[in-house]
Parts: sequence; C-alpha cells; structure tokens
Amino acid sequence: MIEVKDIEKSFDGVKVLKGVSATFETGKINLIIGQSGSGKTVLMKSLVGLVRPEHGAILYDGRDLMTMDATQLRQLRTEIGMLFQGSALFDSETVLGNVEFPLMMYTRMTPAERRDRARFCLERVGLKGADEKFPSEISGGMQKRVAIARAIALNPKYLFCDEPNSGLDPKTSILIDELLYDITHEYGMTTVINTHDMNSVLGIGENIIFINKGHREWVGNKDLIYTTTNEALSDFVFATDLFQKVKAYVLEHTHQ
Amino acid sequence: MIIESSIARFGQYCIFMGRVFSVPQKWRVFGRKFIQEVGKLGLDSIPLTIVISIFIGAVICIQMQLNMTNPIMPAYSTGLATRDILLLEFSSAVLCLILSGKVGSNIASEIGTMRVTEQIDALEIMGINSACFLVLPKILAFMVFIPVLVIFSIATGLFGGWIIAAFTDLISVSRYIYGIQTMFIEWYVWYTIIKAIVFSVIITSVASYCGYYVKGGALEVGKASTNAVVSSYILILLFDLILTILLMQ
Repeated sequence: MIEVKDIEKSFDGVKVLKGVSATFETGKINLIIGQSGSGKTVLMKSLVGLVRPEHGAILYDGRDLMTMDATQLRQLRTEIGMLFQGSALFDSETVLGNVEFPLMMYTRMTPAERRDRARFCLERVGLKGADEKFPSEISGGMQKRVAIARAIALNPKYLFCDEPNSGLDPKTSILIDELLYDITHEYGMTTVINTHDMNSVLGIGENIIFINKGHREWVGNKDLIYTTTNEALSDFVFATDLFQKVKAYVLEHTHQ
Repeated sequence: MIIESSIARFGQYCIFMGRVFSVPQKWRVFGRKFIQEVGKLGLDSIPLTIVISIFIGAVICIQMQLNMTNPIMPAYSTGLATRDILLLEFSSAVLCLILSGKVGSNIASEIGTMRVTEQIDALEIMGINSACFLVLPKILAFMVFIPVLVIFSIATGLFGGWIIAAFTDLISVSRYIYGIQTMFIEWYVWYTIIKAIVFSVIITSVASYCGYYVKGGALEVGKASTNAVVSSYILILLFDLILTILLMQ
C-alpha cells in the first residue's frame, strides 16, 4: 500500500499540488484521473521520486520516500516497475535486451536464466517472436507490452503506469487494460495508473482518485462514479454524448 | 544575468560530473558499454581522421614548399614544418575541433533523445545512476582511444605530405623524408597526446551535459547538439592556449 499525506509541490511559485492525500491499495488498480494541468502527472512523478515535493509524506508500506537516503531509495526502486507514456524502451537494445536489462543490473542470474525469465515475461504479456527486433521495428501496442514485460521482470511490488493507453487504438487499449488488471491481481501488486482514458476508468477503476486544480476532490471506484455528486468529476468523466448515454443506461438498469 | 546563468550552468556541470565519476553499479555492464563506446566513438572516427589528415598533410606540404622557397631556407624545412605543424597543432587541437562536430553532436543528440523519450527517467526509476551509466563509458572510451587517433592522424598527415613529394615535382621524396626526420623532439608527441586527452574529456563531458539537461522535444535536442559543438569549440581553443603556455614554456 502507498499512502500520500498532504503533499505540496510548486513550480516557479505556482502551486501544482495543494496538500494532496490519498491511499493506493495493494492488489488493486488505482487510477489517478483529472484534466490536463490538474497536477496528476506531478503527483505520479512525486510518487516515484522523480519530483521532490516541498511538504508531506509518501509512505511505501510505512517507509517514507521523503526521508530515505540514497541506498534506501535504490533498494525501493528495485521494488518499483514503471510503464512510461512513450514506453521509454532503450533504442539500442532488442526487445529481449530491454526486458533482460533490469535482470542484468539487479540479479546474479546467468545469461541463460535471464533469457528464460525475459522470455517468460514477454509471453506473459502476449508477445512472442519479437525477441530480436528493435523497439523501432515494432508497433506502439507491442512497445507498451515490452515496457510492461520490462516493468514486471523483477517482480515489483509497485507498478506505475503513465497514460498506458495514449496513442493506442481502442481495441489495443482494452487489451493493455486487461493485461494490467490481470497482472496486478496475479502478482498482488499495488498498481497506480495515470489516465485520461474513460474506458479504463469505467472498465478497471477499482480505486479512483480524482485530482482537480491541485486538490484531491474525490475517491471512489468505477461503480460509484455513476452516482457522484461532484460536478467537476461528472463533467470530466461523462463529457461526451456517448458516456452520458452510458451513464443514463447504467443508472436506469441499476434502479430496475 | 549572463554571468549568473553561466555560474549556475558551471555549478550544474560540476554536480553532473560528480554523478558521472561514481563507481559503476555493475562492472560487467560497464565493461560492455565501454567496449561499445570505443567502437562507436573511437573506431568509427578513424576513417574521418585518416581522410582529413591525409588532405591536410598534403596541403601543408604544398604550402610550405611554395611559400618557403628561399635560398637561405635549408632543404629540410618543408618536411620539418609539415611534421611540426601536424605534431604541435593539427593532430591535437584541429583534429579535436573536427571530431567535436562528429562525436560531440552524436553524444548530445543520443543522450538528449534519451532524455526527451523518458529513457533516462526509466533508468532512474530502476535505481540506476543514469549519469554514470550513460556518460562514464563515453568519457573513458574516448580518453583511452584519442591517443590512437592522434597517432593515426600524425602518420597519415605525414603520408599525405609524402604523396605530394612522390607524385609532384614540388619536392623530392628524399628531401621530404630527410625533413620529417630532422630535429625531432619526442616531447612534442607527448605534448600533443596530453592535449588531445584533455580535449577528449571536454568534447564528451560537455556534449553529455548538453544532452542530459535537454527539456522539450526534437527542436531542443537539435539546439543541445549545436550548443555542445559550439561550447566544445570555445573550450578546446581556450584549453589549447592554456596547455600550450603550461607545457611548452
């Protein structure tokens, strides 16, 4: 479980996070949602230590990220996997090389053991036969899968995903969502996803944190979101005709 | 304002270099990267070094012969001047200025692209000191290999002069060979290698710094690449002056 307590962060005198507190639960898909510029990316970067908040605490199962020394931080980071928006695969490495990379840096596995583990992870994300290809030779969806395989190679306790569906077609987006959902439950990870994708919100949102103008405005799940009284959240999630119809349909059938 | 930002950048560069010169987390991975960088930065620079040095050696030989034709000038002067120009300035300072265009822009754009595509963030998230992991092998590989390039440059530059002697009527081969052997001072070789090693650190570290702190997208990567080359030029010329004063007096 990750707990965020009252964190604040400013850039050039402008407060982006204004005392955000939230809990990201173990074994669940935790979504951070909010409009562009609401502070959700800064929150995600604060969680993984890429941005240092000016105030507050970030507790990883009780261990405060803000007070860790370099060694403790390095140790914590071996427990973290991250999927970046643009996948962030290493261009100079093959698909297999990318997945093997964290194993090479943090384990004493033999090359054969590393290859086996990397192949297992690639198979787990449904990617076969692309081992020797370079990231530039595979599609965006495949790159995301490789990035997920790399993120889970060390069996992390915490998985962070920054906009995992961006740039993907709806079908591939759903496949990626399902994959993230499955591996979260299979490995009991604390998965935190930063997303704009309403299909993801309504499909896999087990714990949803809505950030608006630097504040945490709402916490709930995909079922509670239909009945929210928070106007900003409702406007954000059900912004299109299609999603308004979905909401009306769900509410109608729930009452019946 | 400019002074303030220059001091801030110098401070940032020093902190960056502090992170670069750390103990690598995995020596085996470092060794692999070091060998890759020797190939990419060193071996791949050999053809450019050879081509430039042959032509410059040939041109220096022609210029010396045409402009030093005087009865009081000894017969060996063309060969001697060609050798000393190559040895003292061309094969260290000028060669490094040229290589900073190739190697410096290559490093700045590679690291800059890694920054904007979040590959450096990915390394940091994995708990890896990205500055040390990416930059240290480049600096050490180029430092180790630059003497080889310098020696290649001197040898092929002298060969360029020999081509002029052998295939034109400007100067005889025997006079040229006699000239390049006359009054040879071994220290000049060490002097040029020392200078080249210092320049290699400037080229690789400045380019890495420019790439590492890129913010934005492709446009900024291009700007970082240009900044890396321009900054390297200025620093190489400055250090050329300083090292010449220190080592030749």
